[in-house]
Amino acid sequence: MTIASDPEQNRANVPRTDEPVASSGSENYFSRDFSLKSWLTTHDHKRIALLYMASIIAFFFIGGAAATVIRLELATPQGDLVTADTYNKLFTAHGVIMVWMFLIPSIPSVLGNFLMPMMIGARDLAFPRLNLASWYVYMTGGIFTLLALVLGGVDTGWTFYTPFSTMFSNSNVILVMVGVFIVGISSIMTGLNFIVTVHTMRAPGMTWFRLPLFVWANYATSIILVLATPVLAMTLVLVGLERLLHVGIFDPALGGDPLLFQHLFWFYSHPAVYIMVLPAMGVVSEIIPCFARKRVFGYRFMAYAILGIAIIGFLVWGHHMFVSGQSVYAGMVFSLLSFLVAVPSAIKVFNWTATLYKGSITFTAPMLYALGFVGLFTIGGLTGLFLASLALDVHLTDTYFVVAHFHYIMVGGAVMAYLGGIHFWWPKITGRLYPEIWGRVAAVLIFCGFNLTFFPQYLLGYEGMPRRYHSYPPEFQVLNILSSAGASILAIGYLLPMFYLAWSLFYGKRAGANPWQATGLEWQTPSPPPKDNFDTTPVVTEEPYAYTPQITSGLVQ
Amino acid sequence: MNTEAMQIAEQFDSAAQQREAATFGMWIFLATELMFFGPLFFGYLYGRTHFGEAFGAASRHTDIALGTINTTVLLTSSAAIASAAAARRLGATRLAMRLLFVTAALGTLFLVLKGIEYRHEWQEHLVPGLRFSFAPQYTDGAEIFFFLYFVLTGLHAVHLCAGIVLTLFFALHLRRENLLFANEEKIEIAALYWHFVDVVWIFLYPMLYLIERAGG
Repeated sequence: MTIASDPEQNRANVPRTDEPVASSGSENYFSRDFSLKSWLTTHDHKRIALLYMASIIAFFFIGGAAATVIRLELATPQGDLVTADTYNKLFTAHGVIMVWMFLIPSIPSVLGNFLMPMMIGARDLAFPRLNLASWYVYMTGGIFTLLALVLGGVDTGWTFYTPFSTMFSNSNVILVMVGVFIVGISSIMTGLNFIVTVHTMRAPGMTWFRLPLFVWANYATSIILVLATPVLAMTLVLVGLERLLHVGIFDPALGGDPLLFQHLFWFYSHPAVYIMVLPAMGVVSEIIPCFARKRVFGYRFMAYAILGIAIIGFLVWGHHMFVSGQSVYAGMVFSLLSFLVAVPSAIKVFNWTATLYKGSITFTAPMLYALGFVGLFTIGGLTGLFLASLALDVHLTDTYFVVAHFHYIMVGGAVMAYLGGIHFWWPKITGRLYPEIWGRVAAVLIFCGFNLTFFPQYLLGYEGMPRRYHSYPPEFQVLNILSSAGASILAIGYLLPMFYLAWSLFYGKRAGANPWQATGLEWQTPSPPPKDNFDTTPVVTEEPYAYTPQITSGLVQ
Repeated sequence: MNTEAMQIAEQFDSAAQQREAATFGMWIFLATELMFFGPLFFGYLYGRTHFGEAFGAASRHTDIALGTINTTVLLTSSAAIASAAAARRLGATRLAMRLLFVTAALGTLFLVLKGIEYRHEWQEHLVPGLRFSFAPQYTDGAEIFFFLYFVLTGLHAVHLCAGIVLTLFFALHLRRENLLFANEEKIEIAALYWHFVDVVWIFLYPMLYLIERAGG
């Protein structure tokens, strides 16, 4: 091996690990006040990010527990562990919690909250109180939803399809929708805050095309949050009114049209996929150049691709309704537009790959997550094209193929990137290094466990196993057992970081300001950062990702 | 000119930056609000194309006289709050305060007239779900029309209530000469919100009252 930028070597360049943190003599955001009140009333974006992190982890494991029971049930063809009714409530709870309480706020509200102001050289977000309020609103909605799910549950699936949700379901539909409505308000608050911050708070010299791609990605995500979330909110209000007053707008028996509901629901929920995956792309675009020691390839195209995905993402919702009876012509247009989303997505994959080319690559834990993201996102994206094809979708719709496809994007994509980002910025957030070897073990474990869990589901779906049933014909058992076995590996992979990251909080080596020798303003300030992020407002004079390739390592073979 | 010293929050470098962020934030909020009304407009478009005749027949049962008066009232209130913002900018705080009270009063008048309209609709059995009867051939479409009518105007009224509270709040601060708080930029932003509520009504008025009324 001729790789020069070994992480151990990098660390040698920064202040010795046993020395105290070089934090310019002043206290940092974390140590300035330990009282509970100071946390619950903080306006500091970094502390609010940590509040979000703690809550999101809790919701992740609750949603994961529901998935665990689902996988246990599916280990045998008979429905023997839970009743069909309980099973319906389990996958609904899994979907609702993972989509609205975990995936949507995960990267924006945790990493975005912590990093956006630092990356643009600001002291805080534009509206710090709104930021804190968004966390309280999120917690209110989250706990409310959780209570409604635990005390009764909902059996409609996370999509609340009418007329089942308005006329037939006897479960807590309205309560859960109220909870989701409230969480949506929190998303809008965060999105609004990010948009205004990026427009008005950039440091001198931080032009739009000097913004890190992570900022671009969260900016585009915020636009989707602000424009799509209110549509979901109003749609849920209409479902609630129809359920309460028995007035037809979605129920055909009352003169309404269920297709109208699906249009409105997917107008939000398809862009919501990009709310989950765009920030993940932003994280990967920070990690890959750093550990390849190269400028990101085609920076402007990367930024334009982010905006392209956000814009086209608004125009493809009809591909969820190919078999719902929308007109054939609408289907053809939505199919074409869905294929078009693949163009900016492919640009990003090609550019990440080109960034790696002739780079001096280090396989640190964040890099393993980022590379895992690129691979899994590519598989998830390509299988998305299967589903975007009108004829093929008739065969694949509502099968495990769909389940596998979106888990490749959301778990293989978004969760991998979230974990990669947590590891990458862990030294910045806590001032400590995580144990590198454990980080790599967990990353590899998650990658393997993930593929073992979800790849068999592609095959199951192709062979015709429908989703959302708690029992299935015996010939599907082998693949289902593989999937359940993979899920247990995945569970260990997700639990591991909890332990070694918590350990590193107390015993981890001290990280200097910039343990990865990374570019970007967030690395120019001590770890953990002081309350105002920078001692003096930074002035930006160069393009982002000004990494210099280490020529020697490329030449010596 | 605004002569009082501006309070600048710690995250901002200058008053100009703070003002830009606040105004821009309100515009983004209004974009969100617009999308919040979006499904209702989309539902209307859907109903109008699928139950065209029923929507036409139903719209003839709305109270066009009160609707038109209300449109005038609301447009006048927007003129009042725009003048209030201008007066505050020029330092005429007493005038600004009075104009804000006028705005709130006009907003309240709108709500009262709207309430009278709702009572008529209740008497005429036009409230879907609770009390509804209509010419049998149009029942389904007309019920959806009135469902959308009540949700749209109801949501609009909720927004108007928030606007009234907001204007009264600033008017009372101005009366107490709390000039630092009720500064020109905040009143300008409150006016932006008020205009948005007004603009929504400008779309609701033709949609709910005027379609198919041409020619008797």
